[in-house]
Amino acid sequence: MTQLQPANVEQYKHLISERALTGETMLLNMGPQHPSTHGVLRLVLELDGEIVVNCIPDIGFLHTGVEKNMEAKTFHKAEVMTDRLDYMNTMGNNLAYVMAVEKLVDLDVPPRAQALRVILVELQRIASHLVLLGTWGLDLAAMSMFLYCFREREQILDIFELVSGQRMMTTYLRPGGVWRDVPVEFEKAVRDFLKIFPKRIDEYEKLLTKNPLFVDRMAGIGHLSKEMALSYGVTGPNLRASGVNWDLRKARPYMGYEQYDFDVPVLTEGDTYARYLVRIEEFRQSLRIIEQALDKLPMGPVRSDNRKFVPPPRSEIGVSMEALIHHFKLWTEGFHAPNASIYSAVESPRGELGVLIAGDGGPKPRRVHMRTPSFDNLAVVPELVKGYLVADLVAILASIDIVLGDIDR
Amino acid sequence: MEKSLEPIVKVLQEKFGATFEEFRGEVQCMVKPEHIIEALTTLRDAHHFELLSMLSAIDYFPQTSPRFHVIYQLNSLEKNLTLQLRVPVEGESPKLPTSTGVFKTGLWREREVFDMFGIEFEAHPDPRRILNPDEIEGHPLRRDFPLGYEEPQFSFNYEEIDLGKPYAKE
Repeated sequence: MTQLQPANVEQYKHLISERALTGETMLLNMGPQHPSTHGVLRLVLELDGEIVVNCIPDIGFLHTGVEKNMEAKTFHKAEVMTDRLDYMNTMGNNLAYVMAVEKLVDLDVPPRAQALRVILVELQRIASHLVLLGTWGLDLAAMSMFLYCFREREQILDIFELVSGQRMMTTYLRPGGVWRDVPVEFEKAVRDFLKIFPKRIDEYEKLLTKNPLFVDRMAGIGHLSKEMALSYGVTGPNLRASGVNWDLRKARPYMGYEQYDFDVPVLTEGDTYARYLVRIEEFRQSLRIIEQALDKLPMGPVRSDNRKFVPPPRSEIGVSMEALIHHFKLWTEGFHAPNASIYSAVESPRGELGVLIAGDGGPKPRRVHMRTPSFDNLAVVPELVKGYLVADLVAILASIDIVLGDIDR
Repeated sequence: MEKSLEPIVKVLQEKFGATFEEFRGEVQCMVKPEHIIEALTTLRDAHHFELLSMLSAIDYFPQTSPRFHVIYQLNSLEKNLTLQLRVPVEGESPKLPTSTGVFKTGLWREREVFDMFGIEFEAHPDPRRILNPDEIEGHPLRRDFPLGYEEPQFSFNYEEIDLGKPYAKE
């Protein structure tokens, strides 16, 4: 068996204070296996007693080379890799990727598919915030939150299973539309959720929002200023809790978000508690969007009929020679994309999820880069936790809402 | 191109000799490596581009000059504009000045570009690898870095492949 090596101080020398070298402060590993790091994250902490002097995040434990793997697959087949990045936001990842491909090859999406995408992505946003809220409660010893949040999340995952056959790794949104039309039970399932969820949000608020045990541990810590957030590239609810009104759904509407009436919650405090309040309000706004989208869900096709990029429906293959050729070409060779690159971004539950995609004239991408929001959001954590207790670090880290699959890719 | 973006691109053209391309309504400005920090500073201070949302690179192997494009995606929240700066860099082990003095985004994103492409950022405060282990040789997202694979073990070749595996044997 190999011997465990003592931690190598040399490589962190430029990041820690002088006092750590003399032994006055202590270097402590938090993670990679630790319940409150929300995944496989290692934090090297320099501690003065209980107080954090420096924090050095060490990431990459979940690095699976998704971007490299995507270069070896056709545009259609690379999409399954996107599910596995941010596993709390699979529909959102699919959307970011398919929108980038659609922009690269200039492909249209029928209105029904756009509305379905909006409904599913907003459901996913709620599910993602539910997981955050549940685990956040766990971190701060509010055990019951976790059970309630996962009860509601289950209902959303059931809807995903209904439409795509999968609870998490959906790959339901495809370039040019969605995989297939939703079943008739879909509308009722979503309406049921819309009916019960507002009451459930009130329940969560009763449990947490005014709860002194929760508020005392959250309010006034981990202050993130507007300037620091922008400089570090922090986006999403974290940025909006720091007083910046920036939501890509409003600023650069995609998939018909401009037709829906919703507000963007913005708070100016920038502390951990503000980040919690922003997310609670986002629940309500997402419900509004889903309701409007469901009310005016248009009928019609759910896939583009541009056969150079979108496979023909199964029923056509038996009767049309052309459809058979298209089917064969698309699933063996794939479609060709121009030798150019584009960047397209969507608002994921965690912030700006951007995709830089470059074609090389052939059926495989030259480069796919996923600009994942958790990566930049985690980069700011060392600044936030300085001078706070280790117990505060747990609350601050939870409030940033990181997903390690999203960071390590 | 959007009307409000035109004067900004013009400034970049006159001051830094930038060229620009447009593709699907997206503006991509080519800036020389020696001008990038100045260009970023100008855009941030004079034109309200306060959010650097993406910093990454593309490898155009086997093309060698330029082999890489380092890409900076800038956003102006006030005017709701977005602009892409691209820096073509030459050769096998290229160097660029660090942008961490202008945007802190570079603290981690430049480490990622170095880790994946081997583009060095001079005077970066923390120039370590970030996602890959320190022991790895080469830079995985370069196009000439093999994807790698593992030969599947079946009953007929189980022993043979097992011998070559790196884990400790009893």
